[in-house]
Amino acid sequence: MRRAVIAFTAFLGGLILLLTVPAHAAAPEQSLRGTLTFQGQPVNGVKIVVTTESGQPVQEVTSNAQGTWEVPIEEPGQYKVTLDAATLPQNMAIRGGNNQRAPTVYEGNPTTVLFALQAKAADGAATPDEGGGSAFWQRAAQLTFEGFNLGLIIALAALGLSLIYGTTGLTNFAHGELVTLGALLAYLVNVPFGLHIIPAAVIAVMLAGGIGYAQDRFFWGQLRRRGTGIIAAMIVSIGVALFMRYLFLILFGGETQAYAQYNAQAGLQLGPISATPKNLISMGIELIVLIAVGFALLRTRTGKAARAVADNPALAASSGINVDRIIRIIWTGGGAIAALAGVMLGLSQNLKFTMGQELLLLIFAGVTLGGLGTAFGALIGSIIVGLFIQVSTLWIPPELKNVGALAVLILVLLFRPQGILGRRERIG
Amino acid sequence: MNWDIILSTTLKAAIGVETVWYALAAIGINIHFGYTGLLNFGQSAFLAVAGYGLAVTVTVIGLPFWIGIGVGLVAAVLLAFLLGIPTLRLRADYLAIVTIAAAEIVRLIFRSVEFKSVFGGSDGRRGFSQGFYEINPYAEGTYGFWPLSFNEREMWVLTVGWVLIAIACLIVFLLMKSPWGRVLKAIREDEDAVRSLGKNVFSYKMQSLILGGVLGCLGGFVYGLATGSVQPDIFGTETTFFAYTIVILGGAARVFGPVVGASIFWVLLVLVNGLLSGAVQSGVITFMDITQVGPFRFLLVGLGLILLLVYRPQGIFGDKRELAINAR
Repeated sequence: MRRAVIAFTAFLGGLILLLTVPAHAAAPEQSLRGTLTFQGQPVNGVKIVVTTESGQPVQEVTSNAQGTWEVPIEEPGQYKVTLDAATLPQNMAIRGGNNQRAPTVYEGNPTTVLFALQAKAADGAATPDEGGGSAFWQRAAQLTFEGFNLGLIIALAALGLSLIYGTTGLTNFAHGELVTLGALLAYLVNVPFGLHIIPAAVIAVMLAGGIGYAQDRFFWGQLRRRGTGIIAAMIVSIGVALFMRYLFLILFGGETQAYAQYNAQAGLQLGPISATPKNLISMGIELIVLIAVGFALLRTRTGKAARAVADNPALAASSGINVDRIIRIIWTGGGAIAALAGVMLGLSQNLKFTMGQELLLLIFAGVTLGGLGTAFGALIGSIIVGLFIQVSTLWIPPELKNVGALAVLILVLLFRPQGILGRRERIG
Repeated sequence: MNWDIILSTTLKAAIGVETVWYALAAIGINIHFGYTGLLNFGQSAFLAVAGYGLAVTVTVIGLPFWIGIGVGLVAAVLLAFLLGIPTLRLRADYLAIVTIAAAEIVRLIFRSVEFKSVFGGSDGRRGFSQGFYEINPYAEGTYGFWPLSFNEREMWVLTVGWVLIAIACLIVFLLMKSPWGRVLKAIREDEDAVRSLGKNVFSYKMQSLILGGVLGCLGGFVYGLATGSVQPDIFGTETTFFAYTIVILGGAARVFGPVVGASIFWVLLVLVNGLLSGAVQSGVITFMDITQVGPFRFLLVGLGLILLLVYRPQGIFGDKRELAINAR
């Protein structure tokens, strides 16, 4: 056991040497942004002035060739956004006539400010705004899309957590840090070493799989052999989470960073939904990985063995399945797909040392909703959680969207504690 | 390296404000986890509702200080009911997930822009401690001797804090000797056996949750009064995790375990901080800069928690047979 701890420490020490990441200037996480279009075409060169509620100037920008503009905001709160109507092309006017908006900026979220443009009427009078209902459905469609995107990321991370729980009984509070690990490893290969993000992501996923393997081989496997109880193991995982989190903070710094490629992409308009190509491609990759893992679980010998171990480890062992080998494979695979989730999260948001920690409770919510220990339950549960989080912002402020998801987690446990696909068993 | 300051800050940490409020939080966790075997990972929420109950009552509503304390205590009891009714019938790991989720809900609501007019957003609330310092019996000046000297405000906070710790320890000591305490320990050992003896396990667990929550929430008051402010992020999940580390370090299911644990925890943190900062500034350590010293201490906390549970789960004073750690 002492060997195990020394090996684990040495391995994490090795990470310190690996991850000597230079710090860059911090970028605020929240911003105000918008896109100006007229009859489907972007409108270039329109001046937008952002001030605080009390009128202190923040920044002036002009819309670019894609019609988009963005102003980073330091402090969340109420702001005033004014569109300079004089800079609009001659034939256009703002629908409704009001060129000022007062949006609220929430921490960590970009806030979109809408200025709808229309053809200037001959007499200069603006026609009143109509079609508020269609705007609602358009937003709903957009949020459903975003929720699906988030749900897939949660599902990737949740799959590993749920399988590890099913096979070893460990509620791994350090699983969020595995997500962060993947994102930061990809950053390390991407930015300091200058490799393109796609090979960098592949390398990061492979490294994280190796780290998952090593974690089980040298740490969790040894603890199981010593007969550590599941509650003790849970508290140990908190120790591991704290250790890794602060290691990331020391090596990566507290600032928010971004990958070198695919930072800002022009959106595509697909019916009511606007999406960046990177979003669509990452969702495709996520879906392919999830389907591949699902197929492997259903059809391959190892997958069947994994489900057998999750069902009943003692029975699986007595029918000739090498339980330790299966658990090791699950740790390797779980670490790798958690890392993939981290890279995808890093692509769609930004990189921060707490990004996985913030996702952890949502992963738990997805896993619990689907049924702890079931692989497909984790998938369904996570996608529902993702959808719920985004779609709920139709009615509640975005900063409270996670509150809704966590409240649902509590309600699920109250009424159907085994989750959607979980087996009815005594969990009280 | 400035040894005087390192020695003085380390000695102060042994009885300082941080030690006091973490000890109170840990005493609560000791009742939940050490005696009853409840894995409550939402302790920080109890501290938060108490601190904010006081702050909002005094600054927003404008009521006197004592009513604020009362509101904070009532809020903690209410939170215990809200947390307990859905979760206390669940297995240990589910309980852990739900309580940690509830604590996050509380924190997110306190820091939201939506309720900024009440809770003050991420800046929190300040300016509610006047009533507390108005009844300060210590005259202005410096008390104690080098290297342990405090001004009159610190003296007043520390006096109240340590009196609260003493009362809390006495309550725990007397209760755990009583038949009521034996039922709690029996629940920790085997819930079904207790149920078969005709005890209402749910009700006992709820009483334990309320008692531990109320004793723990005193830590929220102490923090708020000592710093004169409350911020949402002070009451994050890490506060709970540190308090767990303290309980396990001192020894779970021991009356003085959390107090000694808190003292040692903060002495070690402050000492490591002082030594490392000194070493970095004088150029002895070159692989780290001064901003990395802070996180490095907490990295050591994580490592310490792992090593403790692997090699000495009973902590310093605990008894291995009295641990809920191998339960389901």
